[in-house]
Amino acid sequence: MFGRLTLDALPLYSAIAAGGAAVTIGGALVVAIAITWLGAWRYLWTDWLTSVDHKRIGIMYIVLALIMLLRGFVDAIMMRAQQAMALNAGGYLPPEHFDQIFSSHGTIMIFFMAMPFMTGLINIIVPLQIGTRDVAFPFLNSLSLWLTAAGAGLVMVSLVIGKFSTAGWTGYPPYSGVEANPGVGVDYWIWAILISGFGSTFSGINFVVTILKRRAPGMTLMRMTPFTWTALCASVLMAFAFPALTVACGLLALDRTFGMHFFTNAHGGNMMNYPNLFWIWGHPEVYILILPAFGVFSEVVATFSRKRLFGYESLVYATAAIAILSFTVWLHHFFTMGSSANVNAFFGITTMVIAVPTGVKVFNWLLTMYRGRIDFHPSMMWTIGFMITFVIGGMTGVLLAIPPADFLMHNTTFLVAHFHNMIIPGVLFGYLSGYMYWFPKAFGFELNRGWGLASFWCWLIGFYLAFMPLYILGFKGMPRRMEQYNDPSWQPYLMVAAFGAFVVLIGIACMVMQLYVSIRDRRKTADVSGDPFDGRTLEWATSSPPPAYNFAILPEVRDREAFLDMKERGVAYRRPAAYEDIHLPKNSMVGVAMGAFAFALGFAMIWHIWWLVAACGLAMWVAMIARSSDDDSEFKVTAAEVKLIEDARYRALATRTGSRK
Amino acid sequence: MKQAVDKLLQVALAVGAVLFVGACDLRHSAVLDPKGPIALAERDLLRDAFYVMMLVIVPVIVLTLLFAWRYRASNTRAVYTPKWADSARIDAVVWLIPALIVIAVAVLLWRSTHKLDPYREIASSTAPLDVQVVAQDWKWLFIYPEQGIATVNQLAIPNGRPVSLRITSDTVMNSFYVPQLAGQIYAMAGMQTRLQLLADQPGKFVGRNSMYSGGGFSDQHFEVVSLSPGDFDAWVAKAKQAPGTLDAAAYTALAAKSRSNPIAYYSAIEPKLFDSIIAKYTHSHAAPVAAPRR
Repeated sequence: MFGRLTLDALPLYSAIAAGGAAVTIGGALVVAIAITWLGAWRYLWTDWLTSVDHKRIGIMYIVLALIMLLRGFVDAIMMRAQQAMALNAGGYLPPEHFDQIFSSHGTIMIFFMAMPFMTGLINIIVPLQIGTRDVAFPFLNSLSLWLTAAGAGLVMVSLVIGKFSTAGWTGYPPYSGVEANPGVGVDYWIWAILISGFGSTFSGINFVVTILKRRAPGMTLMRMTPFTWTALCASVLMAFAFPALTVACGLLALDRTFGMHFFTNAHGGNMMNYPNLFWIWGHPEVYILILPAFGVFSEVVATFSRKRLFGYESLVYATAAIAILSFTVWLHHFFTMGSSANVNAFFGITTMVIAVPTGVKVFNWLLTMYRGRIDFHPSMMWTIGFMITFVIGGMTGVLLAIPPADFLMHNTTFLVAHFHNMIIPGVLFGYLSGYMYWFPKAFGFELNRGWGLASFWCWLIGFYLAFMPLYILGFKGMPRRMEQYNDPSWQPYLMVAAFGAFVVLIGIACMVMQLYVSIRDRRKTADVSGDPFDGRTLEWATSSPPPAYNFAILPEVRDREAFLDMKERGVAYRRPAAYEDIHLPKNSMVGVAMGAFAFALGFAMIWHIWWLVAACGLAMWVAMIARSSDDDSEFKVTAAEVKLIEDARYRALATRTGSRK
Repeated sequence: MKQAVDKLLQVALAVGAVLFVGACDLRHSAVLDPKGPIALAERDLLRDAFYVMMLVIVPVIVLTLLFAWRYRASNTRAVYTPKWADSARIDAVVWLIPALIVIAVAVLLWRSTHKLDPYREIASSTAPLDVQVVAQDWKWLFIYPEQGIATVNQLAIPNGRPVSLRITSDTVMNSFYVPQLAGQIYAMAGMQTRLQLLADQPGKFVGRNSMYSGGGFSDQHFEVVSLSPGDFDAWVAKAKQAPGTLDAAAYTALAAKSRSNPIAYYSAIEPKLFDSIIAKYTHSHAAPVAAPRR
């Protein structure tokens, strides 16, 4: 009846694991009770969960990302604490628990923190920046969100029922195969990634079509904002790269569940195919994550330097070049697998070639600051912190791209420091910069600057303290993923690294405080104009938060910096003569339902509950047919309703300019 | 603004302090203190590439800080050109400088990758010592086919003589790693990879598995002992006296999962043991896969 699911699946094997489960259940209960107490279930369901509005979907993505950031960070600080204590088998975690933690940390941070954060920012901002009313496929967008949430849900459930994978976030076979790992852990990992991977593929397709087909009149490709350009390139990569991950994980699932031999040691399996498939997705994934962050930096640096972005065309070509090259470098993740010198040298050189367009971008940001008027808004500070720190990571990346040097540094903490040096200052600082920059657009009030700056400094200092020692430990030959060690000279560095993680923790606390203080003061910092930073691009042309239809009249674009151009020509905020009816997509519960079925299907596959697999598969199929047959998927906002909303906005604008003068 | 600069200074100081303490200790770190020509060449490569990269890194960091300070909003005396956004000449320079640096490092890369190909035996007047390496859960087995002995968790080598390793795994993927002598290469079941190393002087070095392989991973280290040729012969003779021999039954017992194995010696080995470990995983095929290549 329940496959291999028995009471033994409860995490009673250690107090720490049971504690983790209790916190997870407790957290879910507290949220549920709070919603009930506020009587907000109906509001939540009709206005949020079933919404297909890109802005709300974007916000939900980012809420998911921030929750998972907390969970992933708890993993991180547990690992740093363990390694700081673990000289000669000290520490508080057994290896069988430590390895679950490093696996879930990587999995969560990449798939359920960075990916949703990026998708959320793109969702909220790109349609506004290209002057459209919604994405090309609004329902698909909702489905993508709920598939991602289903994957995240599986990772969270593994804390309570069963164990998570111990095979790291990359899940290399044969270790992740059923012979070495017969439990459910790797299956949790596989199904979390498979399900959310479909969501990411759909998102990629959705945004490629949206950006190519839904731009406002006059917005040629070379007038798109840099963020939209990077979103386009990242979406193309998502649409093309994620299927490779789906195949890799799918084949691994076939090996594990049905006894096949794609990647096994024996019977003709070949484990070397797995790293190839995985990294054909995995390296473009790095650029899927970082290109939109580059896009944020490009917007922020122009806005807060009060200056036009330097070298727009260079930047666009550099972005496109990076996107294409990202598919040509995957082998550098395993120079040590015994490829010939020609193969290794080829992939080493293609890897270094990516440093050229990346270097160009850094110079462009630098030259945008040059002769500007720089406002040190937290978003700008994240950008400056990024530029200084990221080049260090770029440098260590080039070192690792040289195969013989990689033979020395591969699989050590030097590698760990390198990719955190790309992902934290590069990706995460970019997203946090975008979060603090676009928050007023999404919610209608600004985030507190002081707490934002405090958070920035803690993250920056914490980053250096946590990862510079890891570079050194790499030189000392310390492999990654060690639960304990016997070399006393490593310990001081690991203690500094743990302290760095603690400083980052303070940075996260500052972010929470920032949110609290900003919500408390929201009336004082309300953004009535919709343009709090003297913005340059179209998202600032509409109100904050934008109405459901984004723009009452679609804007006409004449310049790269479309909104600045409108302000300069004096046509911004001009009241149109008349409004038209606007058609918008209706809310749909099918996305939530399919996400729930996907979650149950994944859970059933993990525990071999075959009847549930069949039932959920059937339910998803029926839901899809029902949705596809539904021709009544739009509703109308009449011209009169639009006029009411717009009139209110113009009244608010008038009082604001009045009070200013 | 003043505040921001003060904070920046504090960061720089903190980072500097960590880097300084680190730098003093770094000289003795395994990777930067090589004891053989292969590791030395790899280290030098790392160092040369590092210096070349500094040509870009340092200016970018300095210019970022400089521009941020000079063009701060409160400094109204600084030149302000809000519309200046294009310069063909600057474009050419920002594409060319990184390109030239990459070309320089690419040449270095191409040459060194061929020179330090781990499959390429070290040129020497003396024939290399062959050692066969088997990764197991969670220990390393070293087979000396010429000497007819085997050891667990200890690789003894004569200094000054090249050592040619053939590496496989009798379990999941491992990575054989001796940072002071040779870097690393994966060990995979049913396949054989190769690595060359040479120790210049007598000494003891740490070797590890660098790829996570399960619960006993953290303890899966071994010692590399570099001995003078005379001492090496004595070591072989001593190993020959060991009571244990590695026949098929003893091998099966050894290959079972175990943690923190002490160093052990076997005075005799099953013939063709290494080949049979590889063949175990490829029995349904005509010939063992001598992959990834050769």
